[in-house]
Amino acid sequence: MRFIDEFRDSELAKRVVREIERIAEGRYFRIMEICGGHTHTIYRYGLHDVLPANIELVHGPGCPVCVLPMGKVDDAIAIAKHDDVILATFGDMMRVPGSEGSLIDAQADGADVRMVYSPLDALKLAHQNPDRKVVFFAIGFETTAPGTAVTLMRAKQLEIRNFFVFCNHVLVVPAIKALLDSPETQLDGFIGPGHVTTVIGSKAWEFIPRDYGKGIVISGFEPLDMLQAIYMLVRQLVEGKPRVDVQYTRAVRPDGNTKAKEVMAQVFELRETFEWRGLGWIEKSALKLKPEFAEFDAELHFELPRRQVADPKVCQCGEVLRGAILPWECKVFGTACTPEHPIGACMVSSEGACAAVYQYGRYSRKVRELLQHL
Amino acid sequence: MCLAVPAKVVEIVDVENQIAKVDIGGVRRNISVALLEDVKVGDWVLVHVGFAIQKVDEEEAMQTLTLLRQLGQDIEDEFAAPQTDDEGGYP
Repeated sequence: MRFIDEFRDSELAKRVVREIERIAEGRYFRIMEICGGHTHTIYRYGLHDVLPANIELVHGPGCPVCVLPMGKVDDAIAIAKHDDVILATFGDMMRVPGSEGSLIDAQADGADVRMVYSPLDALKLAHQNPDRKVVFFAIGFETTAPGTAVTLMRAKQLEIRNFFVFCNHVLVVPAIKALLDSPETQLDGFIGPGHVTTVIGSKAWEFIPRDYGKGIVISGFEPLDMLQAIYMLVRQLVEGKPRVDVQYTRAVRPDGNTKAKEVMAQVFELRETFEWRGLGWIEKSALKLKPEFAEFDAELHFELPRRQVADPKVCQCGEVLRGAILPWECKVFGTACTPEHPIGACMVSSEGACAAVYQYGRYSRKVRELLQHL
Repeated sequence: MCLAVPAKVVEIVDVENQIAKVDIGGVRRNISVALLEDVKVGDWVLVHVGFAIQKVDEEEAMQTLTLLRQLGQDIEDEFAAPQTDDEGGYP
């Protein structure tokens, strides 16, 4: 078993789809997949085309690059412009536009911006370049934050003085709560983020059925995983018994990864509030470094512009991230905004909904039909 | 960003610093296993930004596949059942 191919069997997929059709017959369900990784599975494997028309999939805010407001990119660029700084970040973050260009543009202008695979690579850069300040521009949800925490503990242990973290880690649960509290949101249930939940545990989602009366199924990322999760969710909804179900049982436990949660608690604390693109300011929805790690905190070490920058007027990333519109309903989708020349972050990230539709959606029968009607 | 890939642990490289070598679809690289307890050679883990974030349970994976195969099996059985030679259809 390689845990990949087994979950891509098309014959089995067809059977699961028939079962979904059968149990959902005569009803209409609006389901949000929270995670951008799931959005990509949907378009990459054509799930969108094989699912019956009465199952509508709405894309959620689970793309950490997309939800970061432009002002944060500006802050990172301001740090990168210092002569003695090497700014390190994940590839996804490099091409996201700020108000005056992206980190790639800053790099072209002479700033030392490096793409890293892991926060540990950034720490290694600091170790190798003792005369430079290495700043890791940290983004990501609970899946990614534990890695940053381990890296900071290691930096402290090794007494590396030229390593800093510009912490922009955000939390999924408060964002989904904010979404559910908005009157705009009309959803029957959720496909829950598999990898975030390997860390936070499936218990963290109990508020969804308890407080909002909606269902959620935590899903894996292969096409069969997602189809099975949709089947499980539809069954909950048909039975009228919303609850937290786990499809991704091979990696998700009720309490998640206790050690990862402990490490995060040692290094990070909650911010009072944090601005999300499309969702606005959400209380206690992001992490910052604890005072014990202040020596590594880029926010304390560097002067930041901290400007609030609104998205360009034509950009509808905010509405896409709230599930209020589908990517191709955006005015500039595929015309002024493409992966080569992105206006909004949703077109840049490998988890952005617009990038998924742009990359794979043109092969989709449903998307082609819908675009004809527009 | 939250993409993680299943990988098999092939060697514990550095016990003190919790570094292991994993095989990701034929590519080998060192990752940190500091976020997990008792990682052993032969374990499958999910790797995200250079860290193993969770173990993958083979037994659970098999069960998921069994459940998937059972889905719709009743209908499948019915269609697969030998048909009678009544081809006259219904009135």
